[in-house]
Amino acid sequence: MMAFGPGASVRVKDDWPETRGPCHIRTPHYLRGMRGQVVRRLGEFANPEDLAFGRPAQRRALYHVAFEQPGVWHDGRAGDALLVEIFEHWLEPA
Amino acid sequence: MNILETDGEKLLIALRGLLAEKGIASSAELAERIAITDRASPGQGARMVARAWVDPDFRALMLEDGTRAAEAMGIPMRGAPPLGVLENTPDTHNLVVCTLCSCYPRAVLGYPPFWYKSAAYRARGVRDPRGLIAEWGTVLPDGVHIQVVDSTADFRWMVLPMRPAGTAAWNEERLASIVREGDMIGVTVPAAI
Repeated sequence: MMAFGPGASVRVKDDWPETRGPCHIRTPHYLRGMRGQVVRRLGEFANPEDLAFGRPAQRRALYHVAFEQPGVWHDGRAGDALLVEIFEHWLEPA
Repeated sequence: MNILETDGEKLLIALRGLLAEKGIASSAELAERIAITDRASPGQGARMVARAWVDPDFRALMLEDGTRAAEAMGIPMRGAPPLGVLENTPDTHNLVVCTLCSCYPRAVLGYPPFWYKSAAYRARGVRDPRGLIAEWGTVLPDGVHIQVVDSTADFRWMVLPMRPAGTAAWNEERLASIVREGDMIGVTVPAAI
């Protein structure tokens, strides 16, 4: 799994596991495929995607990632941002 | 037995019995947890905010580790998700929302207000935050960016608002009295009243 430092440019994976079967995902739809910047690493937490089904859950790094509002919505004011917790396995370098 | 049609009270008694029998949680532990949950209210968060306004060391601790800051004020945090605190500054205003469900820093703010869980608040919080908080009469001055914190995973987030003008001579208790739950969610900002 890739580690990201503060300021790293990342992209949220454009993946839709909910089209493949039952799942529990903490990555909002509106951010799939979007580019953002890592603000900081928040720690490591049990992967909720396994936890929700009572499966053994590996601990995964959780990042606070900032996204520009206009980049996400094609609307809104430059400089306005979204700050969202995203697990490492949903992020790829951008 | 159909669990959906069973009397809730009977289910609760059965569940409590099983938790005790399996050594997961005793009846005393459950009672303690219920008491802690009932004591949690926006007044707890307001006390933290007021302390941060008068004590720079506490403010630094609160921004670095909200859980430890809450514990330092005697707020029970055992078993609660980690608390993160985001500071409003002259450049940035924070707004907390949970688009996926209703994650809320209950340990320090108590039960969320009814609108926090509404689909409208959750959708508009990320899509049109300025329009949304304008409905509370909150209009950010030019040059102030809004940062929307979508609480999606293991942390719970609260906002540390800016200390309002006209409160320089106020003590901590009086400062705490003007901090409302909306100020710590970010839909409003406190004012000297």
